[in-house]
Amino acid sequence: MSVITLTIDGQAIAIEEGATLLEAAQEVGAAIPTLCHLKGLSPVGACRLCVVEVEGIPKLLPACVTAAAEGMVVHTNTDNLQDYRRTIVELFFAEGNHVCAVCVANNNCELQDAAISTGMTHVTYPYQYPQREVDVSHPQFGLDRNRCILCTRCVRACDELEGAHVWDIAYRGEHAKLIAGLDQPWGTVDACTSCGKCVDACPTGAIFRRGATVAEMERDRAKLEFLAQAREEQQWTR
Amino acid sequence: MIDLQQLQDIGQQERDRRKPVRIRCCTAAGCQSSGACSVKEQLDGAVAAADLGDRVAVAGVGCMRFCGRGPLVAVDHEDGTSQLYEGVTPENAASIVGTLQGQPTTATLGDWNHPFFAHQMPIVLENSGNIDPERIEEYIAVGGYQQLYRALHDLSPEAVVKEISASGLRGRGGGGYPTGLKWATVAKMPGDQKYVICNADEGDPGAFMDRSVLESDPHRILEGMAIAAYAIGANHGYVYVRAEYPLAIAHLQTAIKQAKRLGILGSQIFDTDFDFKVDIRVGAGAFVCGEETALIASIEGKRGNPRPRPPYPAQSGLWQSPTLINNVETYANVAAILRRGSEWYARIGTEKSKGTKVFALTGKVENTGLIEVPMGTTVRRIVEEMGGGVPGGRQVKAVQTGGPSGGCIPAHLFDTPVDYDSLLALGTMMGSGGAIVIDDETDMVDVARFYMDFCRSESCGKCVPCRAGTVQMYELLDRILEGRATERDLASLERLCVVVKDTSLCGLGMSAPNPVISTLRYFRHEYESRLRSPMAAGHGG
Ligand SMILES: Cc1cc2nc3c(=O)[nH]c(=O)nc-3n(C[C@H](O)[C@H](O)[C@H](O)COP(=O)(O)O)c2cc1C
Ligand code: SF4
Ligand code: SF4
Ligand code: FES
Repeated sequence: MSVITLTIDGQAIAIEEGATLLEAAQEVGAAIPTLCHLKGLSPVGACRLCVVEVEGIPKLLPACVTAAAEGMVVHTNTDNLQDYRRTIVELFFAEGNHVCAVCVANNNCELQDAAISTGMTHVTYPYQYPQREVDVSHPQFGLDRNRCILCTRCVRACDELEGAHVWDIAYRGEHAKLIAGLDQPWGTVDACTSCGKCVDACPTGAIFRRGATVAEMERDRAKLEFLAQAREEQQWTR
Repeated sequence: MIDLQQLQDIGQQERDRRKPVRIRCCTAAGCQSSGACSVKEQLDGAVAAADLGDRVAVAGVGCMRFCGRGPLVAVDHEDGTSQLYEGVTPENAASIVGTLQGQPTTATLGDWNHPFFAHQMPIVLENSGNIDPERIEEYIAVGGYQQLYRALHDLSPEAVVKEISASGLRGRGGGGYPTGLKWATVAKMPGDQKYVICNADEGDPGAFMDRSVLESDPHRILEGMAIAAYAIGANHGYVYVRAEYPLAIAHLQTAIKQAKRLGILGSQIFDTDFDFKVDIRVGAGAFVCGEETALIASIEGKRGNPRPRPPYPAQSGLWQSPTLINNVETYANVAAILRRGSEWYARIGTEKSKGTKVFALTGKVENTGLIEVPMGTTVRRIVEEMGGGVPGGRQVKAVQTGGPSGGCIPAHLFDTPVDYDSLLALGTMMGSGGAIVIDDETDMVDVARFYMDFCRSESCGKCVPCRAGTVQMYELLDRILEGRATERDLASLERLCVVVKDTSLCGLGMSAPNPVISTLRYFRHEYESRLRSPMAAGHGG
């Protein structure tokens, strides 16, 4: 194994060859927002929040799937990048039905975190208000597709960690949809072991444990504060 | 096992069995849809009725290119001359046979010297419309499979790669990546198992070049793929064709079967240790499955979603093996380059774009069909001379190339030579070869909205900039078109163009904004003239 050196946000770092830019950034404490990435699952590079700039490369690169290379000079947090990321977060909010105020994951949601970290204060694009189905056929868990951001973390956790492959994405484009089994009620999918890994994987409140919520909400004051303000200004609750 | 002598014998026998007069009837998809099959039946019937069977043969051939005037029939006379007939109907087909006995015909005469044909330089299409695509003997009779033989016996894999590199051939699937470099990369990758893939997914609206090549000259693709496989060290190939092309699939299946029967595909081809087999995979007609990583996922039986590159297919492609993926037209050039030499090929075209390019000329233009022109031909020649301009006395406004990933070339820039780099400089791209002519009645915002609608419904939905961004851009275009938009909406649209282009995962999303960017560049006034003043407009849904 060999070691390479590169510079991230002005800090020099040595890291083993094969590491991603995201891993390298985490090592120097540079906070790159991510949504589809979950340590331990195969990377898919789908949410595009983790884009970074590398000097000499004219394109933005997704940090979670880009290998760190010798001599790279990486910027993870420029105004330009934050602008891109903010627009991406806005697109997420506008395409689903994210009513944070009534969400089980309020305050414990990575989409909210992304909004905070990119300074998204309001959504400039029209909300799409898609018709999406809720599935509460499972005795322990529920799926509210209104909050699903199609990150496929649940799909990968179930497939790669549990080996059950209950989840998949069906249809395409704006109609892409998380399905259980062969597009059937979750509770009727025999393959599901009720392990709850998808619940742990989900960055939003789309997959949740039935019954448990409010306690989590009170744990993080800073976010609650932010949300109270957001709600006051009617920014996230349309 | 077949050897060179036998190959040449097959060709000779085929030439010997030719009758003095040959009537060629196009039976490719375009002409078929306007009744070519019954035209051919009538021709067959008329030859039999006139008892001309031993002097005259009717052949169903591939595309003769002037599709807009189909069904096309050509009569090749003993003296080497040829007469073209256009818009032939089952009713007047028999009268064409009558001309052989000195009778007048009611069929419309065509003209091989028409500018539509005169400016063409058929290389990819050299056999198209001349040979019966369902008979391997006809392909062999025009020299087919001899370059594969020569490669296997006289050239090392490295020499083949070198020849392709020296020709300057670039990928015809849209990107224009140097083909020789791609081959060299896959060839140099370690690993025993490698694959070649032919990308025949052709999903751009208005494009039908690849379909035509597969329908009209399928053996050409097989030969090109086999030569590529030899050059890079693969023993297995796939042709990925969309299900909407049943005739292309049928002709390809026939071709594979025939080649296998003669031992040109299979094991120990031409008595060497080179094995090669080809399978067909039929795609369900998703545009995104033309993207190479999505196509590979689809062949593997997975959902056709793109994945981030690197690794490129050349490094890790089908079943994680090094994989060469090229477009139909790219493979169609290979045997010709070996036959006539890379120097010959490199003399055609411009400095950085060598050879010819096939375009499907459609839209508001007098002459529609397939044209194969040398790189560097001006847009004006294509649209005005060959295409004959816009019908009905209207003015031409622009040409869209590159389909939903490309952009438009406005009429005042028609003197631009068509090559990869000139088109990129204009903000469009070569694309796979669709050329859609737009007249002055057409609204450019509407054109942009059409393509955005296409991208929005063809987005695979994996990454958010494309999945959600195309929806928002479509709505903004719609708003502008309906006169509901403000200055701010236009700014939003332009911002989204940048974000979707720069952050999408695959080429579909990265290029989805191009038609908007391009129409804004040349026809911004058409957007601006539709904006409402911000005072009058309430913002929001
Ligand atoms: C959305 C999308 C659709 C594509 N469709 C096609 C296609 O239909 N045919 C094709 O040959 N290449 C298509 N491509 C390009 C391929 O990914 C790939 O670059 C090409 O097949 C390589 O062949 P070439 O080097 O011979 O051009 C598409 C790319 C994208 C992003
Ligand atoms: S349910 Fe959750 S984990 Fe699964 S795709 Fe949707 S947002 Fe991602
Ligand atoms: S750019 Fe579009 S088509 Fe490509 S991966 Fe993203 S959503 Fe899918
Ligand atoms: S975290 Fe990298 S693309 Fe989602």
